[in-house]
Amino acid sequence: MKAVKTISRREFLRGSAASAATLALAGLMSGTALAEEETEEDVAITTVGPDDGTHFELWTFMEAHSTFYAEMVELWNEENPDRQIQITFSTYPYSDMHNKLMMSLQAGSGAPDIVDIEIGQFPNYSGSDSPLYPLTDALADYEADMVQSRLDVYSLADGTRVGVPTHVGAAVMYWNAEIFEQYGLDYSNITTWDEYEQLGLDLKEASGGSVYLTTVDTGGTDWIWLAMAEYGEDWTGGIDGTPEVQLESVQAMLEMQQRWIDEGIAIVSTDGIIDVEAGYSNVMNGVLASFPKAMWYMSRFTSYMPEMEGKYDITPCPVFEEGQPRSVGLGGTGTAVTTQSEDPALAAEWLAWAKCSEVGEEYIWNVLGFDVCNASLWDDDDFAFDESNVYNTFFRVQPYSVLREIKDEIKTVYTTQNSVTLNDYFNTYTANEVLEDGMDVADALQELQDYLDVELM
Amino acid sequence: MKKAKKFLYSQKAAPIVFCLPFMLSLLIFWLYPLVTGIVMSFQDVTFSGWEFIGLKNYRKLLIDKTFHTAVLNSVEYMLLTLVLMIPIPLLLAVLMESRLTKAKGVWKVILYIPALTSVVISGMLFRLMFSEGSGGQMNQILQFFGHSSIAWLKEKVTAWTALLLLCMWRWTGVNMLYFLSGLKSIDNSIYESADIDGANGRQKLWYLTLPMLKPTTIYVLTISVYAGLSMFLESFMLWNGNSSPKNIGLTIVGYLYKRGIENNDMGYACAVGVVLLVITLIINFAQLFATGTLSFKRKED
Repeated sequence: MKAVKTISRREFLRGSAASAATLALAGLMSGTALAEEETEEDVAITTVGPDDGTHFELWTFMEAHSTFYAEMVELWNEENPDRQIQITFSTYPYSDMHNKLMMSLQAGSGAPDIVDIEIGQFPNYSGSDSPLYPLTDALADYEADMVQSRLDVYSLADGTRVGVPTHVGAAVMYWNAEIFEQYGLDYSNITTWDEYEQLGLDLKEASGGSVYLTTVDTGGTDWIWLAMAEYGEDWTGGIDGTPEVQLESVQAMLEMQQRWIDEGIAIVSTDGIIDVEAGYSNVMNGVLASFPKAMWYMSRFTSYMPEMEGKYDITPCPVFEEGQPRSVGLGGTGTAVTTQSEDPALAAEWLAWAKCSEVGEEYIWNVLGFDVCNASLWDDDDFAFDESNVYNTFFRVQPYSVLREIKDEIKTVYTTQNSVTLNDYFNTYTANEVLEDGMDVADALQELQDYLDVELM
Repeated sequence: MKKAKKFLYSQKAAPIVFCLPFMLSLLIFWLYPLVTGIVMSFQDVTFSGWEFIGLKNYRKLLIDKTFHTAVLNSVEYMLLTLVLMIPIPLLLAVLMESRLTKAKGVWKVILYIPALTSVVISGMLFRLMFSEGSGGQMNQILQFFGHSSIAWLKEKVTAWTALLLLCMWRWTGVNMLYFLSGLKSIDNSIYESADIDGANGRQKLWYLTLPMLKPTTIYVLTISVYAGLSMFLESFMLWNGNSSPKNIGLTIVGYLYKRGIENNDMGYACAVGVVLLVITLIINFAQLFATGTLSFKRKED
């Protein structure tokens, strides 16, 4: 779908330019353009459920998600013999899927019934004329137990729910305990960033500079979000707010990271963030000793870094001043039903059940390894500390015990219509200027603000 | 049956019937999108519909620094590819025609094969080769010579080295082929008479081959101008998406894609597209007039 659409858009440009030059040329060139245009698509398609059931199409960009959904289809069909459903799952690469979705919704046909939308992309679909089906009714049964801020981020401005969250994504600190033991350093009572920095200096001295305390990101905003949550700030200004990036928290975090780089206790993440191939290899090779990341990063350990079993510990994140909240919800996927669906009510009901009911949440925690949004389950020991759950034995701590500790401290930074522009400029310019080129933080933030003022006028 | 036959053999209808497929595809896939694109550039397009907003998109383009970066990048890329991709393939083509070169077929195949690979694959390969990690091929070569690793794709000079190398690797063979066919069409008797007049090799190249290749050169120039300005996939693959540090790899088409598809702002994206069209037209026409291919004066034959 996307391939076809983008070709036509580009073809029209290429075609128009070329045929303006000479008509004969145009024919020739559009030929070559088509020949060279082979989009990479590693699409996995499976269908689950009986043929006589109501049929839905579901798109996702995470293979693991469709495995989970498939399981939930089977369970639903067992429990609801009179309302059988059948779902065809398509897994596309991240940007491919979002681009296809955008095109099909703009075009008015070809969109799936149910779709996973990444949180950063979600505001593209939750504007005033949202093409998403309201899920408020379907979610009503679960609403009270769910972490409200997670539902809020997938809502329209008037409060209508349009997406079902997958996880809280609470930010926590991951520590390579083995490294700290090796150098006789103690990370367990670090509570402030100042102490954290001192630990980094000690580590640098002890290891002779061979291990960095952490890596800082030029391709993501996790650190900044954590800082904003700690200060209780939000650079988007909230759901209908005006972006304001010259915040104490943002400035403090960037200046601190710049200093770490100067002191030689941190480096810039290879390829920009830690959630990529190069990041995993840095973690595995012990290049860095700690980093803050969302709870869901645990599944990256079990999937891509199984050798790290028993080596890593998890604690709440350090703060700037004691008493500040220690976490923030990072990343996420809102699953939505599109208005193009033929039976949106049934799709919505299944979706809410699959992702919010106890049986669904159990699967989400045990298999996907996420911190579930149904907070009523957090205090259930059978649910949280099940020894058969791989995450309870992989790390040096049972993850939900950390979660319980920070339960009331997980703050929210909103993702709004302006976030796409904001994050894009921050990642392409600001972070690079500050962390790679050593530009003054205040100047860099002024530049970002100026850009946003022009962009959003 | 008879009627159908009569219809097809009719001198009036037949040309139309035969031209129809081409005309239809031109109308549907070229004229219609072109007109819609221009109209949309004056609109704010949303999921549920659109509204006319006059010149707002264009006014925004005037002050949009990212767009200016994209235009400068595209123009710069086009100029650099012209500097590299005309003289080098031309020289190679002359070498291929020279008696001094052995195993011409092998060389031609080696130079042409990259053109058969998809940009997606070659872009990915170049991304891996120029990866900033110490395991990247280029960094390993640097380490071999005792140099430390470089974050190739983060700085403009090194990143553009990769981008231009990719372009050269992929397209040198194609341009060489154009020049080869141009060379083949030069009548050998001209060279023979030059020999009789005592011209040496360099003189023959300068006074005969190059002027005789002018039509081919203009053709290659025209398609290179437009291919350079519309470059997108190479940078998209090299940076694994549309975002590069400080937008060093952002091109006009990349920006159009970013606005229209990634940011759901089709109206603005169309304005970007129209500007690209205008720039391309201006450059191509200027160049066609400058080289004398097009002229206001009618040639008197």
